[in-house]
Order: sequence, then structure tokens, then C-alpha cells
Amino acid sequence: MSIAYYPGCTLKTKGKNLEKSALAAMEVLGIDVEELPRWNCCGAVYSLADDDLIHVVAPVRDLVRVAERGQDTVITLCSMCYNTLARANDLMKNDEEKRKTINDFMDEEPDYSGEVRVVHLLDYLRDEYGWDKLKEKLKSPLNGMKVAPYYGCTLLRPKEVALDHPDRPVLMHEFLETLGADVVDFPNAMECCGSYQVLGNPDAAVEVSHEILSGAAEKGAEALALTCPLCDFNLGKRQDIILEKYEGASEVPIYYFTQLLAVALGVAPEECHFELNRDSAAQLLKDKNIISAVPA
Amino acid sequence: MIRKISPRTINDDFRRKVKEISGQDIQQCFQCGTCSASCPMGRMLDLLPRKLMSLLQFGQSDAIAAANTAWVCASCHTCMVRCPRGIDITKVMEAIRQLTLRQNINRINPSEIPAEEVNDMPQIAMVSGFRKLTS
Ligand code: SF4
Ligand code: SF4
Repeated sequence: MSIAYYPGCTLKTKGKNLEKSALAAMEVLGIDVEELPRWNCCGAVYSLADDDLIHVVAPVRDLVRVAERGQDTVITLCSMCYNTLARANDLMKNDEEKRKTINDFMDEEPDYSGEVRVVHLLDYLRDEYGWDKLKEKLKSPLNGMKVAPYYGCTLLRPKEVALDHPDRPVLMHEFLETLGADVVDFPNAMECCGSYQVLGNPDAAVEVSHEILSGAAEKGAEALALTCPLCDFNLGKRQDIILEKYEGASEVPIYYFTQLLAVALGVAPEECHFELNRDSAAQLLKDKNIISAVPA
Repeated sequence: MIRKISPRTINDDFRRKVKEISGQDIQQCFQCGTCSASCPMGRMLDLLPRKLMSLLQFGQSDAIAAANTAWVCASCHTCMVRCPRGIDITKVMEAIRQLTLRQNINRINPSEIPAEEVNDMPQIAMVSGFRKLTS
């Protein structure tokens, strides 16, 4: 049976490079996923107020959509969607009282109690596909490319939904190592990029993002790999602001982990939509002879 | 600054509401400062999380309301995973925000965001920003 795939809003537009590269890579790997025919925005952030259950309804509805198709697993790519769906699922599984309130409220939907498993492509590759099998499929390994894994917040915190140890994760390190990259460990790998403060306090987001980029550069990273379109916005799209503001700041190409996966598997660069990345991203792959030409 | 704590300056209603919305027992905080040391936004905060927790324990709602802390917090959950007392400080920050937002007070005005920024921004930035900073 195919696995249900939940894309989330951003992957259909600004984060198309995340979705398209992931779908192409999964096809090569033989991971059979099918986009949910009906889904809604998960809400991007999980409700943190104990008395606010209404914001849990949206992600639970998505989980009901998976369950009603008889599927037991839903795979995500955006780490904010992963976190929101996984936390909502955790609540429905473990909090009897709130589960009842939510199920009663959604009386037009079948009752739900956390039966679906919410996974992210990264833990799916680690736990189900396996690094060894992935390694066998590589066509253009990332040899000689120094990449820093950037986890950010939502794959690792809180503990209930963490894909790895919140303070000493190795998941993305292992992933990049499997792809053949030289993995660059750096102290800011689990630090926040400023997230939604790009709206409230853009200067603060710029400052913390600068620290992340310079932390990686200081350790010799040539590029950063990440999983979240909001991190990509703060660290990638808005990097020009950082380069302008901080003397000595240097250009750091940013990739979605799925783009690196796809090119290593031999997927055509056009399918990875590098035009949505910084120009330096496709250029570095070309310089390293991992792709033969920068797509027009 | 010396702060006079007396039954008159303790806003017990505020303290009770924060506890209720966050579901956290704020009196459990023993002021170790792990949260402050862990906060990526620390340098930008008027009050570091430890200090805020202390003021909260004494119901000092004015000082908390005057600080930018909850509004600069990015809900990164680092303080929460590290607090040795198991306090979800991220939820405490949310409760403080909610007590303002629920009075129909917006922290940011969506209509003031320049159109070109809206065009560039990923949907999750706007959805999460509006959820956290508008009523
Ligand atoms: S880490 Fe926990 S116990 Fe320590 S000061 Fe912060 S809230 Fe208090
Ligand atoms: S959740 Fe907020 S207060 Fe806690 S460490 Fe992160 S930014 Fe600081």
C-alpha cells in the first residue's frame, strides 16, 4: 500500500524546490507515496495554550483524511508541518479528555485517536529504508562537498515528537554522510533561525540567522542543508540582507536536504528547481562536478 | 532595581491565568538560569526567561507586560527541553502573549507588511506569525 503524503501549503509555491526534488528522489528510491486528495493547512504552529483546542482541529482533520483512506502512515517534508501534525497526533493518542472534546466537536468526522503514524522523510529513510540501501542507489555522491547539517527547532523539539536527541542529534549527519558529503559539525546546528520573528522582529531574525551561517562557515562548511521552508527563507532568501549588514559575512549556499538527495541519486537538476535557491547553490554543485551544468 | 513585593503589588489574577493557559506550575522554577543561557533570542530580550519566571512567581504583571520578552520569543522550545524542573517555558510565553492578544490587541499589523515581502514570504511564515502575534 502506498504511503499518504501531506505536502502543506508552502511546498506548492515558495517551497516547490523541496517538494519536486523529494518526489523525484522518492520515485528513484521506489518509495510509493500518494498525495492526500484532500488536505488543509496544518496551522504551521502547534497550539501552545491549554485552553485553545480549536487550532488542533485543522491538523487532526488531516490525520482523519489519512485514516479514512485506510492508510496507517503519513509522510511529511516540511518540518513545521511534521511538528504540528505529530504533536496533534500525540495529543489525540494520549490525552483522553481533549481527544473526546475534539472528537465531539468534529461530529461530522469519524472519531480519531492517533492511529496514524506521522513520519518525516528523514526518519523514514533512517528507520525504514535504511542508509545502506540508500547508499547503493547513489549515482553522483556528494564527494568532496563540505556540508553542514542544520536541524533547526521543529524536528528535534519537544521530545515527544523529536526525530533524534534534542541536543546531540546525528540524523542529518548520517543522511549527509550516506550521500557521500564531508559532514561539517557546527555548534549552531540546533539553534533557531528566528522563525516567525521575521514578521515581528526582522532584525532579531537576521541577527540569529547570521550567527548560524557564520558558525557553519567558521567550521569550514561550503553549504548548509536544511528541511524547513521558513529556515530557508531566513537563512537563504534573506541572506542578502545578512551579507549587506555584517562585515565579513560570506555567501553560504542553502539546500533542501531533498535536493542533495535527488542530485546524488542522479535526478536531473531541472527537477530540483534550483532557480528557487540562491544562485550559489546550483553553481557549487557544478563546481564539484556533481551536476554537469547549471540549469538555465 | 529594588522591587517591593507586597500583597498589593502581586497580581494574583494574572499569575493564575498564566498558570491556567500554560498548564505549567510556575512555582516549580528554582531559578537555575538554564533557560536564559539557552535562549537564542537572549541578547534581544528585556528580561531573560529566568528573570521573567521570577517576576511571574511574584505576580509582577506590569514588569512582564512592559518587557518585549514574550514578543521576541520565537517558540524554539530550547528552554523547554532543557529546564531541569520540567517547566514548559515556551507555553508560559504563549500564555503571556495570549493574555494580550485576547484583548484584541495586535502586536503586528498584517496590512503594514509591504506587498513585495508578502510575495516572497513562505506561507508558513505568515500563518505562524499571525498566529503568534495577532489576535
Ligand atoms: S530552566 Fe526552568 S528551573 Fe531553571 S530558571 Fe528556567 S524555568 Fe526556572
Ligand atoms: S522558546 Fe522562546 S524563551 Fe524559550 S529559548 Fe526559545 S526563544 Fe527563548
